[in-house]
Amino acid sequence: MNKQELTAMVAEILSQMGQEPMVKASDYHATEQSAVQPDSGYRDGDFVPDVTELNLRKLYLVEHPEKESEFRQLKEKTPARLGCGKAGARYKTLTMLRFRADHAAAQDTVFSQVPEDFAAKNGMVEVKTRCRDKDEYLTRPDLGRCFDEENAKKIRAAVQGAPRVQLVIGDGLSSASIVANAMDCAAAIRDGLKLRGIETGAPIFVRYCRVGAGDAIGDITGCELVCMLVGERPGLVTDKSMSAYITYGPHTGVLESARTVVSNIHAQGTPAVEAGAHIAALLETILKKKVSGVALHLEEGA
Amino acid sequence: MAELLSVGLDVGTTSTQMVVSKLEVSNRASAFAVPELAIGRREILYQSPVYFTPLLEEKRMDARALRKILEEEYRSAGIRREDVDTGAIIVTGETSRKENAAAVMEAMADLAGDFVVAAAGPDLESVLAAKGAGAVDYSEKTGKTVLHMDIGGGTSNLALIRRGEIVATGCLNVGGRLVKIKDGCITYVSPVLQGIWNGRVGERLSREDGEKLASLLASALEMAAGLREPDSLLERLTTREARSALPLHEPGEEITLSFSGGVADCINRERNWQEYGDIGPLLGQAIRKSRLCGGDYVLGSQTIRATVIGAGCHSTQLSGSTVFCQNVTFPLKNIPVITQLHQREQYETPCFLALPGSQAVGYVALQALAAELAEKIQPPVYLCLERDLAQALGQALALRLGRNAEILCLDGVKVSRGCYLDVAAPVGPAFPVVVKTLVLQKSCT
Repeated sequence: MNKQELTAMVAEILSQMGQEPMVKASDYHATEQSAVQPDSGYRDGDFVPDVTELNLRKLYLVEHPEKESEFRQLKEKTPARLGCGKAGARYKTLTMLRFRADHAAAQDTVFSQVPEDFAAKNGMVEVKTRCRDKDEYLTRPDLGRCFDEENAKKIRAAVQGAPRVQLVIGDGLSSASIVANAMDCAAAIRDGLKLRGIETGAPIFVRYCRVGAGDAIGDITGCELVCMLVGERPGLVTDKSMSAYITYGPHTGVLESARTVVSNIHAQGTPAVEAGAHIAALLETILKKKVSGVALHLEEGA
Repeated sequence: MAELLSVGLDVGTTSTQMVVSKLEVSNRASAFAVPELAIGRREILYQSPVYFTPLLEEKRMDARALRKILEEEYRSAGIRREDVDTGAIIVTGETSRKENAAAVMEAMADLAGDFVVAAAGPDLESVLAAKGAGAVDYSEKTGKTVLHMDIGGGTSNLALIRRGEIVATGCLNVGGRLVKIKDGCITYVSPVLQGIWNGRVGERLSREDGEKLASLLASALEMAAGLREPDSLLERLTTREARSALPLHEPGEEITLSFSGGVADCINRERNWQEYGDIGPLLGQAIRKSRLCGGDYVLGSQTIRATVIGAGCHSTQLSGSTVFCQNVTFPLKNIPVITQLHQREQYETPCFLALPGSQAVGYVALQALAAELAEKIQPPVYLCLERDLAQALGQALALRLGRNAEILCLDGVKVSRGCYLDVAAPVGPAFPVVVKTLVLQKSCT
């Protein structure tokens, strides 16, 4: 569906909404089903419009609004589902369909896989945590934080010596975000580190990866710092958001409060390359101060 | 978080004023995201009395007297030059046409602080007055379209604000001090009144004649506001470019009028018509009786101080917080903005190249852009981007041009061809920036 068709469709949807009679809840009486079904306008072979294509920031469904243009102005600033109108006490059909479609997309993302050839194509060694498959990954977070001997060996072989910075890319809960952002972001991080004369080993790709897997990689490689790019738990706004978790002195059992996080990396949030450049500068600070996480905040604030 | 001490000085046709304010810089982003610094609260710490602008004769500003005002006011405010982080000195109205205006203002800016910028120009004046008067806030809060008029001694500066955003500015030569009087006699007639009004220096001015002139000037404002069919009067009181832009709003668009400037103080309050030795009080009353006040109108939360508060509190903005800088000595002053590389030839100084476009770009496209820029521009490289890409592009350029090249790459600042940038040393990761529409220009007419 192209842009023009979409625009036309939205206009049509909106104009139809205006025509619906307003019914106050107190006036509502169930009507008998009429024998003749009204013509839906659709014919065999037509496609149902794709509700996920509509831009939510522009979709304003309140009937007879007092201040429509002002509300639309506010809506431009947030992806929240505001100004949805209502049908009786409930959502309108369009709102309900869109919500369920976005929810389904989020669920799909959790279960989807980063392509088999992703690591090889991007010149990375691929390893796997102790999870056997996606189901186990989702039900056993503990197994997503450690490696068996075979994978540990692979990591040891991939990383020569003990680098200062080890980049790790993990699928996490959103494979889509990794495919969309990880390599752009990693490239910008490496450029930034190169500019600052900070050495970094080749990135490692971890399948079925939780943030804690970086601690195990710290144990195995003896690196000074792990920076992990990992898919965020998808929400209803985007399923392509990625985070960077930075841990200074990573080792199994390190406190969560010792991690510095840069979240919301995606096209509508912080773009991947700009986030990468920011992360590189942040890594330099962390290496200099030799702390990450809350302790870094406290030190910066002081 | 951090604080900036900001000074604003407005040298207008009639009055000269100073304010000292504190700008609070805070991080709007969560601790788990890329920082997003912005100026949050603006607090006025000190306001000077309203001085008459010191002039040597009608054509020259009195630099020594101005300097004395500044020094005394710094003492009264309890601040020193070294304390001042930022601010603007703005020369407005007829005073900007004085022969020595540019030289005096640059010298005053240096005297006021390292990063106090000298600025002029009716566009900037309109913007600062509309912000300082609270008209921009009013429009944002109410959602109304506001036409703000700052009516000073020599000029009226117009700004059209839609939902808190200034979309157009205009200027005409209407002010309360186009005619000065003393003991009932005319002592000065501004040249802009030539061909419009017959009064001459030395003649007596009756209240009735003064009222006639005031209502004539008010009708020019009505024309500028689209409330009266424009005729040759508007033509005589504006430049040709300014006139073609008037009225600023669309035909049929509902607007609320808003007033500031010294004359605005005389709209709702009747004063002795000779109180200030000019036609300001009469002009205020004429505006009140005109179509300008026939509909929806408001007075600014600041009137005579609107422009100086705008200069003190609203002239400085912050760049994006992910930006790139190496080997730059701050402050940078009066750097022209260009939108095409070949425009560089028009300037002797380095230029800021503005790069438009708001879509996110990937690593490959970024490298291609950096390669092209590195090939075509000799350092120093100053870039101003619309999209959030400055830090990535800056580091990509540094890898190509070397760690010793002078590079400044900013985003989050709206600029256009023809404006000038002043940039100060960073506050945290962001840079204070002043966007000027004009470097001191000769005349409004």
